[in-house]
Parts: sequence; structure tokens; C-alpha cells
Amino acid sequence: MRMLARNPSVVIGAAIVAFLALVGLFAPLLGTIDPSEINPVYRNKKPGVERMIRGDDGKETVFVHRFGTDSLGRDIYSRVVYGARVSLAIGVMVAALSVAVGLTIGLIAGYIRWLDGFIMRIMDGLMAIPAILLAMGVVSLSRAGLVAVVIAIVIPDIPRVVRLVRAIVLSIREEPYVEAAITVGTPTPTLLVRHVLPNTVAPLIVQGTFLCGSAILIEAILSFLGIGIPPETPTWGNIMAEGRSLFRIYPHNIFYPGVCLAFAVLAINMLGDGLRDTLDPRFAKRV
Amino acid sequence: MLAYVLRRLAATIPVMLIVAVLVFLMLRLTPSDPAAIIAGDNANSEQVAEIRKRLGLDQPILTQFVIWIGKTLQGDLGESFFFKKQVSDLILDRLEPTLSLAVFTIILAVLIAVPLGVIAAYRHGGWLDRIVMGFSVLGFSVPVFVIGYLLIYVFAIQLNWLPVQGYQRISLGIGGWLQRLILPSLTLSVVLIALIARITRTSVLEVMNEDYIRTARAKGQTERKVLIRHALANAAVPIVTVIGLGVAALIGGVVVTESVYTIPGLGRLTVDAVLARDYPTIQAVILLFSFAYVLINLAVDMTYTLFDPRIRY
Repeated sequence: MRMLARNPSVVIGAAIVAFLALVGLFAPLLGTIDPSEINPVYRNKKPGVERMIRGDDGKETVFVHRFGTDSLGRDIYSRVVYGARVSLAIGVMVAALSVAVGLTIGLIAGYIRWLDGFIMRIMDGLMAIPAILLAMGVVSLSRAGLVAVVIAIVIPDIPRVVRLVRAIVLSIREEPYVEAAITVGTPTPTLLVRHVLPNTVAPLIVQGTFLCGSAILIEAILSFLGIGIPPETPTWGNIMAEGRSLFRIYPHNIFYPGVCLAFAVLAINMLGDGLRDTLDPRFAKRV
Repeated sequence: MLAYVLRRLAATIPVMLIVAVLVFLMLRLTPSDPAAIIAGDNANSEQVAEIRKRLGLDQPILTQFVIWIGKTLQGDLGESFFFKKQVSDLILDRLEPTLSLAVFTIILAVLIAVPLGVIAAYRHGGWLDRIVMGFSVLGFSVPVFVIGYLLIYVFAIQLNWLPVQGYQRISLGIGGWLQRLILPSLTLSVVLIALIARITRTSVLEVMNEDYIRTARAKGQTERKVLIRHALANAAVPIVTVIGLGVAALIGGVVVTESVYTIPGLGRLTVDAVLARDYPTIQAVILLFSFAYVLINLAVDMTYTLFDPRIRY
């Protein structure tokens, strides 16, 4: 832990991620209005435009569209803030799911010899399909929605986790303490949980962090292409997709969510780099 | 050498077959009935059944797979639901823009990234090294379309140097073709530059401590020649490998870049096909891109012997 706190990229990365997570969590308290509220009078306004809002008690307050509005009159600042919620949630969900599924399959492949060849050939096949195309193919199978998008991003990630876990299992199996455990008659499930699993934790934390970053990117790409999360949900990709057609006149639609997206992914990647250097020094030396 | 090439080529067949099975199963897993989609909303059940029979959808799944593989190998990829054309014609029609973009991008990326990586390694720890490393982390994090719109905003809208969007066939003149290719290629190359520059730096850095570098310097070789003839030449294999792996990122990037710059290529075709749930086209494009990716990496493996005569097949 102390080593982590001393690594600058871990500290900076974690700070930015924590900040964005807090922004997403407390989105309603950050001076936002309903991110899906359509206002035909205030369409395509430049950042800084003011508007009167009548509250429930009849009092009028001035609301500033800090980042302007989109072509439906929705407040971009509110959408970007709420977008942090969706984007980060997808990143975390994808990372957790890929690691969980990949870990299970990887343990099976690494431990049950006769299944190994079969599983790894399928993984090779999945790896040969470029990730975004595979995700697009999976999305096309069902109606666009949060679940479909998460599954679509998880599937190309699974073989990467499986390979990592399997490689670890294969090397651990040769260790003297595992041989000793087998000799004294430890049942296989206990062996996996007691001796093999702990060795996968550090590399999987690192891998999961990178997967989280790339998941946020792929979600944004899918939504941007119009095949991701339904357009009324505020995600950074959707805000940019909406701003595409009017980009020449109103670049702010793409600018603000783009900057947030880049910052978030950059922070997560920095965190991943730092974690790798401290938690997994063998790997750090190799790359 | 030839025997080795053939053996390696044969070794890719199982992978490609698995890709084919996965892609085929994907289509069969769809909740919707392709025959009903083709028949349209006004068809009665006899018409749908007739189409199902024509497509062979009434056969057992294994028979369907064998028929499908056989047709695919003959270049018959079926008819697009959405475009109402042969998928193979569609793909041929869209090939030129995508190939132009991809080739141009790789050339651009290598020309920029390799010198950057070498200089960063040479000035290890200096400000240039830090800039290159910082840029490479940034390059992985900024999405392709944000870079694309940024470049459009600066070079096409503000400075008015280059056209905003669109594509011009090479047969209509090299000038216009090149002019419209510069921004998309630059956009797409950012990720590749980040990837290649980072690996170049690492592998040159590793080589720089070798004895033969010291020997080359001791015999009075100029620094430039030491770097290019001795350091870079020995660091070439990992660099070439990463270029091959970068093709996956390139293919993903092509899909996005073509949408940003409205280039009528295979990437745009993929997006349109997914939007229209046009499964024969989706299948064909995924298959094509995956095979291209596998074969390019095989070709990359083959070039090792060019860069490193110690590797013989």
C-alpha cells in the first residue's frame, strides 16, 4: 500500500478517477438540470447562454448553460456530468465481468488438461476478430441497450483474461509448494482457491484497470456510431454522436464530452501503468 | 523457406475455421428470422417459407454450415438484405477507399513513429523522451473520433488548408485523392504512432547497452550510423511485430475514421450494415477483416528473416 502511495501515476490517476466518480455519483447536486429535458427555444446555444427557470414554487432562477445546448435544446453540461455516471459504470461493469468470466475459464483451461486445447482454440478464434468488429457484431444481434453493449464489450475482452490466467496457472503448477500440496492430497478446488487464485490477483487488478479504460473508449465509439446505448441516455459517446451533424458550426457538442472522455481514459491508463509497476514488477520489466 | 511459408499458412487454417464457425453461429443466434426480413412486411407465410427454402434455412444447421463455407470459399457471400446487392460486389466496391486509408496510415505512422522512438531512446530521460512517452500515453487514451474532429476543426475549418470530409477515387486524379486522405490518415495514425514509438524506444534502449554498440562507437562510426545501422537494425523485429498487432487497432480505427470523414469504405459499410441489421454483410465484413488480420500477422512473421538474418526458416 505504501508503495502504491509513492507512485505518482497511481496517485494522479486514482485522484482523477475518484473525482470523476464523485462527479457521476453526485450529478444531481452539481447545478445540473434534467439531462434529457428538451427545450425547443434554447436549441444550439453557445456555452454561457443564460435562461430563466421557473421552479415548483413559482420563483424564477437564472440557469447558465455552461457548455451550451445541443440541437434538441438539452443542456450539455448536465449531460456531460450525468454521462460520467454511465461511462464509468460501464467501464467498471465490463472490467468486473470480463475478469470474473475470464478467470473461471482460465482456471479451467489451465487445470483441466483435456479441455485446455479446445478452450484455447476458441479463444484464439475470438482474438483473431478485431475487438470493435466483434463488439459491433454482438450488438447487432439484439436491440441496442445497456446490457447488449456491456456483453458486446465483454466478449472480446474474455480471451485476453483467459490467456493471462492460464499462463499463471501453468507456471504456478510447477512450483514446489503446489506439488507438495498435491502430494499431501489437497483436493483440486481447495488447491485452486488456496494456492493458484492468490497469484492471479495482482495481474488481474492491473488487467482489469486497462480493460475498464478500453471499455469506456469502446462504449463511446459504439454510441458515437449510433449502435450503442440508446441516444436519449446521456453518455459521452451519445453527446458527441448528437453533435456530429452540426460540428462545423457548434464544435462545443463534441469538445466537452471529448475532453472528459480523454481525461477519464488517460487517468485510468495512468493508474493501470502505475499499478503494473508496483504490483507486478516482473511484467513491468518485460514491457 | 517456401515449405515453411506453406506450413505456417496451413497452421492458420484452424484459427480461420474457428472464426468462420463463430461468425456463422452468431448469425444463427439472431432472434429474428432472415427469411422474414428479406420477404418484407407484406409477405405471407408461403412466401417466407419459399425464401427460407431458397436460402437453405430449412436444412439442419451442420448442412447449412457446410453449404455456407463452400459458397464463401467460392466468393459467394450471399445477398445483402439492405442494399439488395451481392455482398461480394459491395465489398469490392468499398475496398479501394479502405485500402488507401490503411496503407497510407501505416506508412505515415512508421515514418513518424520510428524516428521519434529512436531519438527518444538516444536522449533517454531527456525532455524529448518525456514528450514522446507522454504523447504515447495520450495517444492510447484519446478516442479516434475526437482526434478526427480536432484535426478537421484546426486544418479544415480554421486554417482552410484541406477539405473537410469526403473521398475521391484514385482514378479521378492523385492530387485530390491524396488531399482527402491526409487528415483521415493522420487521425488514424495517432494510435499506431503511440504504439510503434513506444516499442521502438524500448527495444532500441535495450540494444544500446550491447557491446557491439560500444565497438561501433570505438571504431569511430558516426552517431547517426550507430543508431541506424547498429541499434535500429537490431531492434527491428519487435517493431515489426507491433506493427502487425497494430493492424487490429487500425481496423477498429478505420470503422470510426470513415464515419467521421464520410469515406465510403468497408468501415462505413460495417456501420451501415449493423444499423440495418444486414447480417450477410456483417458476417462477410467481420470474416474479411479477421482473415486480413491473421494473414497480415503471418506476413509479418515471414519478414523477420529480412530484418534479422540470424532467424532462418
